[in-house]
Amino acid sequence: MDTIVCLKQVVDPELPQWDFAIDPATKRQVRMGKPLVISTYDENALELALQLKEKTGGKVTALTLGPQGEVKDAVRLALAMGADEAVVIDDPQSPQRLAADKASVLAAAIKRIGRFDLVLTGCESADWVERAMAPFLAEALGAACVTFISRAESRDGALSVRRTSEEGFQTVDVRLPAVLSVTSDEAIRPRLPKVKDIMAAMRKPVANWTRADLGAEDAGGAKGVEVKDVSIPERTTKVEFLEGEPAEQAEALVARLRALKIL
Amino acid sequence: MPGILIVASALEGSMGRSSVELTGAARNLAGPLSLPMSAALVGQGRGIGQAVETLQQYGVQTVYRCEHPALTPGQSDAVLAALDLVVTKAQPELVLISADTVGREVAPRLAYRLRAALATEVMSLAVDGRAVMARRQVYGGRAIATLEVTARPAVISVKPRAFDVPQPQPVRGTVEEISLTIDPEALPTRVREAQSERAEVGLDDAQVVVGGGRGVGGPEGFKLLEELAAALGGAVGSSRPPADEGWVPITWQIGQTGKSIRPNLYVAVGISGAAQHVAGVSGSRTIVAINKDPEAPIFSLAHYGIVGDFRQVVPALVAKIKAAKGA
Ligand SMILES: Cc1cc2nc3c(=O)[nH]c(=O)nc-3n(C[C@H](O)[C@H](O)[C@H](O)COP(=O)(O)OP(=O)(O)OC[C@H]3O[C@@H](n4cnc5c(N)ncnc54)[C@H](O)[C@@H]3O)c2cc1C
Repeated sequence: MDTIVCLKQVVDPELPQWDFAIDPATKRQVRMGKPLVISTYDENALELALQLKEKTGGKVTALTLGPQGEVKDAVRLALAMGADEAVVIDDPQSPQRLAADKASVLAAAIKRIGRFDLVLTGCESADWVERAMAPFLAEALGAACVTFISRAESRDGALSVRRTSEEGFQTVDVRLPAVLSVTSDEAIRPRLPKVKDIMAAMRKPVANWTRADLGAEDAGGAKGVEVKDVSIPERTTKVEFLEGEPAEQAEALVARLRALKIL
Repeated sequence: MPGILIVASALEGSMGRSSVELTGAARNLAGPLSLPMSAALVGQGRGIGQAVETLQQYGVQTVYRCEHPALTPGQSDAVLAALDLVVTKAQPELVLISADTVGREVAPRLAYRLRAALATEVMSLAVDGRAVMARRQVYGGRAIATLEVTARPAVISVKPRAFDVPQPQPVRGTVEEISLTIDPEALPTRVREAQSERAEVGLDDAQVVVGGGRGVGGPEGFKLLEELAAALGGAVGSSRPPADEGWVPITWQIGQTGKSIRPNLYVAVGISGAAQHVAGVSGSRTIVAINKDPEAPIFSLAHYGIVGDFRQVVPALVAKIKAAKGA
């Protein structure tokens, strides 16, 4: 199974609130000086790709689109975790672009990479959360599409995947080639590379392409949607702490809930 | 009929609340833009007729009725095949889809096929001139983005439970049958089996929700939370760690990746209050936090705070609630 995993670099989404700021010029999160990480669920996608490779063989390619100077750590980590090779598409503007725009570039890159059975993405990016990349890529590549999966098994040249739904899980049979988006699950917790893996990663091939190399036009699909404003909502609530022993705290809360007619 | 097309789902055999919420979302746009509202009703089974009536009750003028045995839960490819036909016929300016399991897959794919603009996971909608102003959470709920959608057609996916069920606005509408030829064998994806983890009281619609976090420590801790939820007549949910660890079903997860809820009362137990969790509960009317750390960020969101070990606080609370109810 040859798999291409799309990885995005984002500012660490778990930074504390006080460290979060919006740049009024770009209307995006301030990146300067902040730690960058592989977007949470993209790491789960990579882990799933590596587990599939361990069972069925094949090659895992890490594909990332971003400002070239920023993505080195992400690429190094992906190769150390076990990806066989990496492709970097340099695009200094990518943190400002929406999914539709980036999908055309990623699809062009995937076509240029050539052979693949499977393309994996995270189910949502930790920053912009559009949840649109896998479906877009599936359309652009003429592949099958399932999102929010957490397990995949190869079965008679096809895949059987487990998708998270409102009610629980669905088992879905998927033809190949397919584009799947991956959510978190205990079985696909990203592995931590060992020192020897990190050393081995240095020798793995990394291709550097640009948007222009891929003949990608600007703002193809994202036309007609503009980010007008990004603002941090103000919190106006002020907490009332209920003091005392647990029984007194409970008593006080019950009184408040009664006053609010919740009880 | 050019206008606003909502995608109403009766994949489960009857139409759910999210489809009615879409009529409410569409109304924010239909009036100011003077656009008629139509619906693509996709599904199978007896509930379809009732669904048509419900849609008309909520102001849908034209229902494109797509009925086919392949239109079952999770069957995105079949839904997309139906929508291909409906949009060709209806030529809508705006398409509104619920961002549920199927909608999340279908919305971007439909947008791609129509070369349409796309806004996903939208939580509020307004009009400015001819533009649709769509607001949504970004950065784990730390910020709200306003997207200006000027292109037509545009596809907008709407977060379930972000919009209220609107007041009925009955119209006498028309129904157009869409005849579908879908070969289930030919679809690239097929749902083979579904495993339901639905709790007795559904999280989405509960008026009271008790959420447990990593601080609850394991499945035994959640038993205490279930007792509290039962005493309050509500449902139990969780932050991500308990769902990831398998202490609770994944369907209990609340937050950016999990569900968004807006109950009357949310009680957060052993939850620190990370942005991605808060993203799913900030619409709750009253929030109570129980946490042993007085500095936990959840207290900057809560209306009432109890600093303490939940193992003592929760049983005390259950006892007092029972006593209060008995009185
Ligand atoms: C892209 C992305 C998406 C995410 N999506 C979600 C999502 O949908 N939902 C979600 O919840 N998270 C989500 N997260 C994770 C989120 O960032 C936090 O990591 C998570 O919410 C933390 O969960 P928690 O509060 O239960 O755990 P912790 O942050 O570990 O907090 C545990 C709390 O329990 C308290 N505690 C411990 N013991 C006790 C006790 N005995 N009594 C009382 N209190 C106690 C501690 O003081 C602490 O405050 C997402 C993260 C990313 C990056």
